[in-house]
Amino acid sequence: MAKKKTIRTIPQERTPVQEQDPAERARNFEEVSLGYRLEEALVEADRCLQCADEPCVRGCPVGIDIPGFIQKIAEKHYHGAYDIITDTNLLPSICGRVCPQENQCEGVCTVGDTLEPVAIGRLERFVGDMAIKEGWANIPYIEPNGYRVGIVGAGPAGMACAADMAKAGCEVVVYEAFHQPGGVLKYGIPDFRLPNDVIDAEIEKLRRLGIRFECNTLVGRLFTIEQMVTEMGFHAVFIGTGAGYPSFMGIPGESLNGVLSANELLTRCNLMRARDFPNFDTPLQPGKRVTVIGAGNTAMDAMRVSLRLGAEKVYCVYRRTKAEAPARVEEVHHAEQEGIDFHWLTSPIELLGDSANAVRAMRCIRMELGEPDDSGRRRPVPVPGSEFEIETDMVVFAIGTNANPILGQTAKLKLNKRGYIETDETLATSIAGVYAGGDIVTGAATVIQAMGAGRTAARGMKAYLGLRDTDSVYTPDSDDPAGRRFGIPVEEHNFARVRLR
Amino acid sequence: MNPDQSQSFEIVVREDFSDVTFLLEVRHPMLARAAKAGQFVIVMEHEHGERIPLTIADFDRDAGTVTLVIQAVGKTTREMQKNCLAGTTLYAVVGPMGIPSHIGGKKKVVCVGGGLGVAPIYPQARAWKESGAYVIGVLGFRNRGLVFWEDKFRACCDELIVCTDDGSAGIKGLVTEGIAQAIAKHGDIEELVAIGPPVMMKGCAEATRAHKIRTMVSLNPVMVDGTGMCGGCRVKIGESVKFACVDGPDFDGHLVDFDDLMARLTRYRVAEKEAVERWQASCRMPGKEELVSETAGAIDDRPSTDG
Repeated sequence: MAKKKTIRTIPQERTPVQEQDPAERARNFEEVSLGYRLEEALVEADRCLQCADEPCVRGCPVGIDIPGFIQKIAEKHYHGAYDIITDTNLLPSICGRVCPQENQCEGVCTVGDTLEPVAIGRLERFVGDMAIKEGWANIPYIEPNGYRVGIVGAGPAGMACAADMAKAGCEVVVYEAFHQPGGVLKYGIPDFRLPNDVIDAEIEKLRRLGIRFECNTLVGRLFTIEQMVTEMGFHAVFIGTGAGYPSFMGIPGESLNGVLSANELLTRCNLMRARDFPNFDTPLQPGKRVTVIGAGNTAMDAMRVSLRLGAEKVYCVYRRTKAEAPARVEEVHHAEQEGIDFHWLTSPIELLGDSANAVRAMRCIRMELGEPDDSGRRRPVPVPGSEFEIETDMVVFAIGTNANPILGQTAKLKLNKRGYIETDETLATSIAGVYAGGDIVTGAATVIQAMGAGRTAARGMKAYLGLRDTDSVYTPDSDDPAGRRFGIPVEEHNFARVRLR
Repeated sequence: MNPDQSQSFEIVVREDFSDVTFLLEVRHPMLARAAKAGQFVIVMEHEHGERIPLTIADFDRDAGTVTLVIQAVGKTTREMQKNCLAGTTLYAVVGPMGIPSHIGGKKKVVCVGGGLGVAPIYPQARAWKESGAYVIGVLGFRNRGLVFWEDKFRACCDELIVCTDDGSAGIKGLVTEGIAQAIAKHGDIEELVAIGPPVMMKGCAEATRAHKIRTMVSLNPVMVDGTGMCGGCRVKIGESVKFACVDGPDFDGHLVDFDDLMARLTRYRVAEKEAVERWQASCRMPGKEELVSETAGAIDDRPSTDG
């Protein structure tokens, strides 16, 4: 028997992952992180202590059995690792790349108390990518239950909800307004962070669960949520349309040419492939000196996309400090490596145009941190007389989004005062059988939070439809010390769990 | 092809009104059932294509078809003119988008369509007629040879004023001449609806401002998704900024900042020009010089075919 691992016996250093050289990658759309190779994954898997209290599992929004799958990697039983992950998460290649692990599983990792935490995200990606490469797909045995479920929006929330409902035996149709499924994974997150073929491979797995994707379908306008329930025969509906509707600041000059939202820049570049213009028809006027306002993940994506589109200089303007930047630490780090020029504690006050109505400069003011505000963060206040100009020919707003109004306009859904859909804790909306989750409920958040919401809603929908929750693991009562009841062994108690074919 | 598209968007009718303007009737029964006057669709001709917004010119619920009238001004629309024949399919058609026009409650209305706006004003005129209003149609064309759908308009308008730039059909002058005539004859016009190039809609709004006639215009700025997500279509309406795709496309013409709209329509002009030139070089259309000069003005008229 192997000796029990301790914090002293495991590899002390977190295994680094190969990355494309910053100078080189800033000019191409290839993936930045190359992912662990086999031997690197094995070294990193050995760093997991397999500790008893498993804080990482609780830190994961979908509750993946993290020590379990890492143990399988260490045993070189990679398919077993994949089986464990796909028990709770069908999309490991996506989550391994875009989850903010430092705030979730890795943030609470026991090893992280003393050393760098185990690189759980990289290991998850390693398993997911191996599955894609080897063509593994765990298609559970599904017993059709006759219920039809409609999902509105083929982004992360809709994909996660669709997977759970399909596994429960429902006939699932996912409606998407764009011409391709994937939502923000496709239009928002650039290829160098999440390649399109990874998304397509994961969507293909959903298709193999029997899920049907119907693109080019604008729910609300082509048909309403109410019609889905009353005329189209859906027994339950999930709305995961995302937040949409980008915010601007309302400063002078916002309608100048060369001023756009991060959503527009990213959609043109990623989904519509304007970066391959003229082989693809969608145009994009690339800036030479690009200024991005905001410091979230979307802002980082917009900056790094601008670099790759050929910008000579890319600035980030953010009114607070680096410490308050909402982007993942890794994303800020990558942006810095690639040469983004950060103006922390800076706020734009006006955009200046030239005679052709194109933006030529941004007037800014320096900020300093004052008293804490409602969010507990110190409120930035302008420093009088500190105005200055940044010469720029493209300004990108990445300061968040508001609620998309289409479903509010077309369905009698109860909305909150900011226009987001109101739900109870099961994510049920004001219309019976209709559930909602992700950004359209919470406002802009992360991919994994949207996936978590999709799964929470799926639990609610299963309960609404009277289906057994196939995901909850049955724990025998403590007054049943032998773990047997009516002569049935414990492992058989959980008879409703999905049987793998 | 997208493996999930259970719909295929077949073109069942193709009709050419002139050497730049053509009509497509696309089979899409659900869309035909849902469409209302004032709404638009977004079309992609092929997988590498751009998403272009097109106002719905007509819909036939029984036949399950939607009619689009397109002016070949940019690379995409010229390519469509060449490729979109009856029996072919479009890669993507999504809609109906936008808030339907508010129709009803008025006794006498003027429906104004200029150039490419003639087609999309048709369902508005028909809907107003069905609501019981007295409908005065005002249509503007460059010359007699470009006139189309006159019979369709006569069937749903109580009066029809055709205006041509050279006087070869109807009265000589712009649609504003026709509007002036209608206002002079009828003192009780309650609403005017105008669809056409921004400069025309601006003229219409100015023509009615002094008479305090409610004037609705349909805006068609550059957009990508058409669902409120990109913000490319933002327009200034009075003091506020609205997204034409989900807050419109209909707005109060007296509040629209048309200069802002027209300036923003030039955003991708350089790339558009490059795309047209490349495309023309690649397909070596006969008589292309002629076509370029003829449509150079049209690009200014109707730059709705980008983004």
